[in-house]
Amino acid sequence: MTETTRNGEYDDWLDSVEDGKAYYVRCDEGHGWLPPRRVCPSCGSRDLSEEPLPDSGEIATHTTITVATPQFEDDAPYVTAIADFGPVSITGLVRGVDPEDVAMEDVVGIEVGERETTGERAVVFRPR
Amino acid sequence: MTDPRIAGAGVTQFGKHPERTGRDLFAEAGLEALDQSGVDPDDVDALYYGNFMGELAEHQGHQGPLMAEAIGVDAPATRLEAACASAGAAVREAVKTLHNGEAEVIIVGGAERMTNIGTAAATDALAIAADDLYEIRAGMTFPGAYALMARAYFAEYGGSHEDLAHIAVKNHEHALVNEHAQIQKEITLEDALEAPTIASPLGLYDSCPITDGAAAAVLTTEGYAAEHDLDAPVAISGTGQGGDNLALQDRPHLARTPAADKAADEAYADAGIEAGDVDVAEVHDCFTIAEVLAIESLGLFDVGEGIDAAAEGTTSRHGDLPVNLSGGLKAKGHPVGATGVAQLATIAWVLDGSHPRADAVPEGSVGVAHNAGGTVASTTVHVLEVKE
Ligand SMILES: [Zn+2]
Repeated sequence: MTETTRNGEYDDWLDSVEDGKAYYVRCDEGHGWLPPRRVCPSCGSRDLSEEPLPDSGEIATHTTITVATPQFEDDAPYVTAIADFGPVSITGLVRGVDPEDVAMEDVVGIEVGERETTGERAVVFRPR
Repeated sequence: MTDPRIAGAGVTQFGKHPERTGRDLFAEAGLEALDQSGVDPDDVDALYYGNFMGELAEHQGHQGPLMAEAIGVDAPATRLEAACASAGAAVREAVKTLHNGEAEVIIVGGAERMTNIGTAAATDALAIAADDLYEIRAGMTFPGAYALMARAYFAEYGGSHEDLAHIAVKNHEHALVNEHAQIQKEITLEDALEAPTIASPLGLYDSCPITDGAAAAVLTTEGYAAEHDLDAPVAISGTGQGGDNLALQDRPHLARTPAADKAADEAYADAGIEAGDVDVAEVHDCFTIAEVLAIESLGLFDVGEGIDAAAEGTTSRHGDLPVNLSGGLKAKGHPVGATGVAQLATIAWVLDGSHPRADAVPEGSVGVAHNAGGTVASTTVHVLEVKE
């Protein structure tokens, strides 16, 4: 991991995923978000709490990216997906499966991996 | 309240001009707009200017005054940034200011220099319209984001890459007579389907090119246009803008663009029209799927049916509702900060009969311009109408 200033609550959240204690931020009406959030953008509630992230999510959509930015040059081709964890959806890299075989509604777990290009941390989904 | 008039517009050739500075591109478009309008530059009350990636591409911030100077205008000048909807946002601010009676003449426009930094750096720069922490760090690119929306659309409503290819074929054909267009080359369905994939399911021909260019328009109040006997038959009769969560992951629906729904509703109400009154549209087809999402949000097609429009011919120049007669971003090109005003110019020229594709809608009197930023977290919609 390169030495850079941490992005506060974002890196705290990645730490939580890495430690197997992933959470999300929930308002009292049940809307889910990722940190930092001081107010729920949906309902305006400021009564937010950290709740355990469900153990697995479902692929809601995915793409195999062949033309990457310089920060992902050596990662390409790679799969980026949005996984639906119920109260919250998360964007991550799908690994541990051939890109051709990634399908909608595949069940995945979440972990923290590294970008091949820069070594920086990234959200990674693996098939369950 | 009367509707602002478009007194003149200017657009550079969109294409690869890596050695041309942003200020020179904008000067060309701005001076052409001023010349066409017949407005005295001393009468200009303000410049609203759109630009997205000037810091990254030219190491140049604070572009408002730079661009006013470039067109010989001594007036307050402000840059607006709303990703690819920057120029649409500039038009909207101008329209509101003219409505308020706080100005009589405003120049709107935008410019983007992109090809000088190369494809990789431009791809990187375009990506920053997305959420840096939660999207870019997960590998999302600009094409990748629209690919995620395309796959979600197919899953929800059906459709295929072939349906999208029809949009590319149509917009390339429309651009054949547009001298401002970056790509004036007819393509076949096979060309589009066999092109390399950039972010599945999207291929090279689903994507707009990387473009240098500028666009500008001179807007005046109806009173000023009458007083100075300007030839300005087209009015901006409605303006609307909508917003959405920045990150796709935070949206309840991945195959819809509610920011554009809101912008369209507001613009139509402002103009006193309905979707059924629209004769012609320029929409933000940065990717082919974006045209589908746009025409559905504009209410021109039902949700889930926009995917068939190009294949059925409805949105071609021969169809009932031509979309992107300019060639769209797809073939005309997409100098990000200029696009919204280039769309405005196209609709104005189609409605006043001076556009080379104006013959597609000889009786057309109502046009809309839909300009979307990022993955449609910002959208402006403007309604243009021919007045006496
Ligand atoms: Zn809430």
